[in-house]
Amino acid sequence: MARKILVLGEVRDGSLRNVSFEAVAAAKLASEGGEVVGVLIGESVQSLGSEFIQYGTDRVIVVENEKLAQYTSDGYSQALLQAIESESPDGIIIGHTAQGKDLAPRIASKLDSGLISDVTAIEEAGGNVVFVRPIYSGKAFEKKIVKDGLIFATIRPNNIAPLEKDPSRTGEVATLAVDIKDLRTIIKEVVRKATEGVDLSEAKVVVAGGRGVKSAEGFEPLKELANVLGGAVGASRGACDAEYCDYSLQIGQTGKVVTPDLYIACGISGAIQHVAGMSNSKVIVAINKDPEANIFKVADYGIVGDLFEVVPLLIEELKKLKVNA
Amino acid sequence: MNIYVLLKRTFDTEEKITLSNGKINEDGAEFIINPYDEYAVEEAIVVRDAHGGEVTVVSVGSEEAEKQLRTALAMGADKAVLINIEDDVEDGDQYTTSKVIAEYLKDKEADLIIAGNVAIDSGSGQVGPRVAEILEIPYITTITKLEINGETATVVRDVEGDSEVIEASLPLLVTAQQGLNEPRYPSLPGIMKAKKKPLEELELDDLDLDEDDVEAKTKTIEIFLPAKKEEGKVLEGELKDQVSELIGLLRNEAKVI
Repeated sequence: MARKILVLGEVRDGSLRNVSFEAVAAAKLASEGGEVVGVLIGESVQSLGSEFIQYGTDRVIVVENEKLAQYTSDGYSQALLQAIESESPDGIIIGHTAQGKDLAPRIASKLDSGLISDVTAIEEAGGNVVFVRPIYSGKAFEKKIVKDGLIFATIRPNNIAPLEKDPSRTGEVATLAVDIKDLRTIIKEVVRKATEGVDLSEAKVVVAGGRGVKSAEGFEPLKELANVLGGAVGASRGACDAEYCDYSLQIGQTGKVVTPDLYIACGISGAIQHVAGMSNSKVIVAINKDPEANIFKVADYGIVGDLFEVVPLLIEELKKLKVNA
Repeated sequence: MNIYVLLKRTFDTEEKITLSNGKINEDGAEFIINPYDEYAVEEAIVVRDAHGGEVTVVSVGSEEAEKQLRTALAMGADKAVLINIEDDVEDGDQYTTSKVIAEYLKDKEADLIIAGNVAIDSGSGQVGPRVAEILEIPYITTITKLEINGETATVVRDVEGDSEVIEASLPLLVTAQQGLNEPRYPSLPGIMKAKKKPLEELELDDLDLDEDDVEAKTKTIEIFLPAKKEEGKVLEGELKDQVSELIGLLRNEAKVI
């Protein structure tokens, strides 16, 4: 049965984040042949409409207002709710990002609706859209359906492949005039603490360091390896607690959960809480001096050795490969 | 200040997860206060000590949650409330929990409500924002710092590594992110005092709510464990050779580079 699904695109630094395109693919699965309508919210985002269409939306609604220049719950919920009222969709898909996690529950509450968060796969079964999601930090999974009403879900980045971009695809990009009332929270300052480079939650390759890194400087070879592989740097809780790196790098049960294609664990013992944050990586490589380390039980490939010897060797060989390519 | 903390009882992080009859096996499992809610309890106590007032910890769940509520009292909270919906509601979801909590809080005139940003079992992070929306108060999620100055709160919010400094007026709901504080361990005197602190138990009836009012909007149709991984390959030989072999495997076998 065809359903009209709304997809909220997420804009960062003037472009659409990857998860927006993944959300379109998810919406297509949920729509079963129905219309997929993209929504863009911001101060000046109209120009992103065509790319949104090229990744599969049938049309795009643009909601622009100077009060929407930065994300606030008040601003974006007003904007999205007016778009929802205008479109009366059967479902909504949003990326499970900092913004999505903050916004979606409020929208669901306002609409008296259910919400299925952090979805990693979508199936169809017996007329229902079935959402698969991790629970207990990925130690188990559940399949959920909406009993009735709005089919509303947030999708975990990096799990549902976007459709292939079709540069020839066109569609209507229309503006929706909205009224944005005063915002109750005021952003005074934004401090860009995150390191430049690839976003940890969207990275296809993650190089992570644990206590074995021994110091903040110890992360340098890992950063270089990540660079060579076009990936991001992560860390275990142990490394963060020891102040070798910032908590924003922490991967684990009480940190970020990542699902890259390649996860290289350097000097990480593999405690159950850390494994919970990366066990669904496609391929796991472990480098550790201790052959008994738990990490070797979850790794696809392991090297028993000193990371300060192994990582530079890896960097050297990979650089040679690039040169020869 | 009237401070409320939302708390959930969850499996200990060390626990292995097993299924019996398609459901998560709770036999012999250790339970704790959801780690993110611990930050919330700690912060509430700090705010109360600085500004005066009272900290009430609220949990929706079964009788077993009493233990975790007593721990929060032992840390320094003043009162605890357990809203036991186990007998009335089967398979509630986040819609259920937030409606129940909001109904309880609606006449409490809370100045500040602090919740953990996500529970490590269900991992959805919905309840905080949902409750704030029902109560029609502003909320800020994933905070790493909180300062109160009269009726104004200044908060630092973690946004995937970046930090935002945000100002809002009370009443306000905030959800705690790692790094907000270091939760204290309950002291022995704290544990003794906790036994005498008020722990109120309520049911749906006490809240003027009907089972239909809070019926879940979503349903879990299956729970399964991830497929067991095939045993990995630990390489051998000279380190240089191992590295070459690894790169070869990653390129040709795993095809990830």
